[in-house]
Amino acid sequence: MNIFTGIAFVFLAPLLGGLVAGFDRKISARLQGRIGPPLFQPFYDVGKLLQKENLVVRKSQRLYMEFFLVLIILTGAIFFSGGDLLLVIFAFTMAGVFFALGGYKASSPYSFIGAQREVLQMMSYEPAVMLAAVGMYMVTGSFQVADIVAYPQPLIFKLPGLFLAFFFILPIKFRKSPFDLATSHHAHQELVKGITTEFSGRTLALIEIAHWYEYIFVLGIGYLFFASNVWLGLVMTLVIFELLLVVDNATARVRWQAMLGSAWVVALIAGGLNIIYLMLLRG
Amino acid sequence: MGMLSRSPWVIHYDGSSCNGCDIEVLAALMPRFDVERFGVVNTGNPKHADIFLLTGSINEQNKPVVLNIYNQMPEPKVVLAVGICATSGGIFRECYNVLGGADKVLPVDVYVPGCSVRPEAIIDAVVKGVGILEEKRAALRNNLKSAVSQA
Amino acid sequence: MASYLLYFLILFPLSVALIIVLVRKEALFPVIIYPASAVLIAASCLLIGLSAGGKPMLIPAHFSWVEQAMLVIEGAMSAYLLFLAIKQRDWFVSFLVVVQAALLFWFHFNFGHSAHAEANLFIDLFSVVMGLIVGVVGTLIAVFSVGYMRDMHHHVADHAAPVVPDNRPVFFGIIFLFLSAMFGVCFSNNLFWLFFFWEITTVCSFLMIRYKRDTVSVKNAFWALRWNLLGGLAFLLGIIFLFHTQHTIELDKLLALPKALVMLPIALISFAGLTKSAQLPFSSWLVGAMVAPTPVSALLHSSTMVKAGVYIVLRFATSLEGTLLGMLIALVGLVTFLIGSFICISQNDAKKVLAYSTIANLGLIILCAGIGTYEAVWAGILLIVFHAVSKGLLFLCVGSIEHKLGSRQIEDMSGLIVRLPKLAFMLEIGIAGMFLAPFGMLISKWAVLRAIVDSNPLFAIFLIYGSAATLFFWVKWLGKIINVEKVYTNIETGICRGQWLAMGSLAVLTLAICALFAPFAAIFIEPYIIALYGHSMSLGAGNMAVMTIMLSMMAFFPLAFLDRGRGVKVAPPYLAGANVGELGQQFRDSLGGVKAMHMKNFYMEAYFSEARLMRLGVLLTVVFLLVIIAVGGLQ
Repeated sequence: MNIFTGIAFVFLAPLLGGLVAGFDRKISARLQGRIGPPLFQPFYDVGKLLQKENLVVRKSQRLYMEFFLVLIILTGAIFFSGGDLLLVIFAFTMAGVFFALGGYKASSPYSFIGAQREVLQMMSYEPAVMLAAVGMYMVTGSFQVADIVAYPQPLIFKLPGLFLAFFFILPIKFRKSPFDLATSHHAHQELVKGITTEFSGRTLALIEIAHWYEYIFVLGIGYLFFASNVWLGLVMTLVIFELLLVVDNATARVRWQAMLGSAWVVALIAGGLNIIYLMLLRG
Repeated sequence: MGMLSRSPWVIHYDGSSCNGCDIEVLAALMPRFDVERFGVVNTGNPKHADIFLLTGSINEQNKPVVLNIYNQMPEPKVVLAVGICATSGGIFRECYNVLGGADKVLPVDVYVPGCSVRPEAIIDAVVKGVGILEEKRAALRNNLKSAVSQA
Repeated sequence: MASYLLYFLILFPLSVALIIVLVRKEALFPVIIYPASAVLIAASCLLIGLSAGGKPMLIPAHFSWVEQAMLVIEGAMSAYLLFLAIKQRDWFVSFLVVVQAALLFWFHFNFGHSAHAEANLFIDLFSVVMGLIVGVVGTLIAVFSVGYMRDMHHHVADHAAPVVPDNRPVFFGIIFLFLSAMFGVCFSNNLFWLFFFWEITTVCSFLMIRYKRDTVSVKNAFWALRWNLLGGLAFLLGIIFLFHTQHTIELDKLLALPKALVMLPIALISFAGLTKSAQLPFSSWLVGAMVAPTPVSALLHSSTMVKAGVYIVLRFATSLEGTLLGMLIALVGLVTFLIGSFICISQNDAKKVLAYSTIANLGLIILCAGIGTYEAVWAGILLIVFHAVSKGLLFLCVGSIEHKLGSRQIEDMSGLIVRLPKLAFMLEIGIAGMFLAPFGMLISKWAVLRAIVDSNPLFAIFLIYGSAATLFFWVKWLGKIINVEKVYTNIETGICRGQWLAMGSLAVLTLAICALFAPFAAIFIEPYIIALYGHSMSLGAGNMAVMTIMLSMMAFFPLAFLDRGRGVKVAPPYLAGANVGELGQQFRDSLGGVKAMHMKNFYMEAYFSEARLMRLGVLLTVVFLLVIIAVGGLQ
């Protein structure tokens, strides 16, 4: 991993991420007994949004979303260049903060509650992601993604609990049931479109693209658990994603209390036990 | 085919009606007809929508609501009056509080009669609407161009 | 040269304080305070020059009269406190005052002749950093207080609120007396001197909290005094034990002794540090102290005085490393961080949020000190610096906002970015400085995490939960500021230049330390760490480059204010089509009435209630402290 993989991420991730999103919609439709949209539908959507008028409530609201996109790209670029995992997580958090602030700035009740829930979601998933980073550090002795990838064994054998915790919070990052509280790709939720309610046209297209980057980046973290072998990693990443879609279609949206509580408890118990196990290994 | 016709997002509003057409719209989204095949998504949010799909008639109570929703949709946009109530007021036409069809308050682009309307007809209307959408976008672009050239 | 600078830093604020108290003319306050502050800031910047070598310097400072004078002043202070405490019928405080004074005088009359220090003052990089914080941040807050206090007394006269007696000469006098004492704390090597200055800060804090003289203020002042005196007593006992077992009363000698020999004095003095820095179970005094005027909260209760507590514990880091005592102190800090951060979530009062977040961050520094590895100390010192600057700024902003809005509830700050744009912008900088990458506190939190993972990963788990909570309450506050729920007008007038200067400088400092953090750490912190441990840490050049990129990206963000909305069309917010009114910010409800939209943040009172979490935290930390005492007793 070097600066070139980082640059490759910047250019390829939206293509790949769009395909992942299209795949997601296709598979979800099939799980529901529908035929579903074409694989390239997400690209059509974004292409259309770019041609539409940009309606806003507050003029500066779009700037927050532009920063969101830039920061997500930066996050992924650091990650795929093999940078420091903690720095990656901080940059990711920062991107999330800008996304939420965009929702606040939009000054509508729906986007406001959506933004609240977005921050709540960030609070819910952060322990699991950070603990995963800590666990990887304890095994490989480095926070550098490049070193973690170079570790000879699949990390999953030493980090089963942390992987469980990570998988548990994945629906939050993919905005899928049961944790799609802030905004949802499915039609109609109780907050209309939650945090993105007041965004349209070009800005909404940028948010969509940012989510594609986010998909690839989050799947990249999942890949780290199997990174010792490229093919194993890719196959397992695909399997994780498939499982996620099944979970999405098999569950209903929960209340925030259930999300926060379960995400924290799972990270604490599964992650905590895993860390104790690693401490015992280290002696 | 332009991008607009590949991804028409719909906001559905049910006015003063018996809810029959409302149910048929849902039927169009369900597995049997699955309009998502054509990229149609029921957004429920005017800011994201391209097509305003109106069922039911307009009355004094929902007139400002319909206008608000229409005004909060980004250009280009089209209005479909789906079902006989939305086209003319239908069975409710004579009611004291009913103004009539959607065209009493909005510029309607496509009329779809039927009581209640069939999902096939709704899909057909959306396809028609998409064509108008593309025309409107071309018109908008021409306006912009002529404005630029005049300046 | 160095010795004269230190004398100057300690004596100059003292003389300013005396002048203010003697002059007592309102018109002269700015004339005295502004130039004096300029001199003080310039003098503290000279400290940087002194630290160029990076070598600690011992300064004998032998004056025969100083010890006598200190004893007389301490006697007078005790008598005064005793008088007030008896008047208030606070028997616990009276008891502590009497015991402490008796112990002090007993020691001096019996052993005073043999208890002499070779060097009374000293200066090293850590104390230079502390001195800079006191000299620059502290003085800026003093500058701010001139305009703020004038505003406060006029404000109160306007409204029919309870009249606060205008006692400003004493107020400013105490502020400068306090600055003098803080310099003393930073540069004392003789522990008796350190104790003397320490007690002065306690008394200053007490007098400032009761400044408004209403029942609540007086009650909270005595509550704060109680815990600080308890800590002071432990401090004194620690020094006496040290003298009896090791025959020294000097800080540098204490640190040079083998740690097994001096565990008990270190434990006692660290206990004093824990009370001073408002760690659980003593935290409630700091929350109560928020009744004081805001500059006091900024100066004493977040930027400097409470830092004295963490300063002394962090001094002992080398001795605490790897010991049971260190582990227990770290646990106290960790629990304080966790509980403090959680409580912030349910708080609506801006000053209370700041108070609890201060407590939490001090807990983080105590955690670093307790772990005591070189990485942890590195992170701890950075935390002190970043926290002092950002928190000072936040307090000053909240104080000014409170005067303008007549409320300091976060829920009332909707649309602040329109109503008070400059203040809101600075508040944003302060908040970003507290939790957001690539700003200061996050850099330190990053370092803390790395330090902890290396020594005790179990601690890291709780740290991570605490920092997740931190994220939540800061973002929702930021969101409230930028959210605009109705039409507002700009009401940002009548804030005097001195206040703007102080807040502006702190905002610039917050950004500058982030931008220049790498050279700052290389000059001030790393030599100190290398001197102590033989090696130091850094975050890596590549990471620093990325942080710089992020920071320069943030530099573009003020464009949000310049954005006049090209290529966008303004539409009312979506209210399910029920908008009414010209701007569509109201809606028609189900009964046909017109209502304004109103948005409120999550507080999750049922999950993060102050009372419940506080009880839990006190219980846990009392257990830890009892274990500390038990272990100390066994040794």
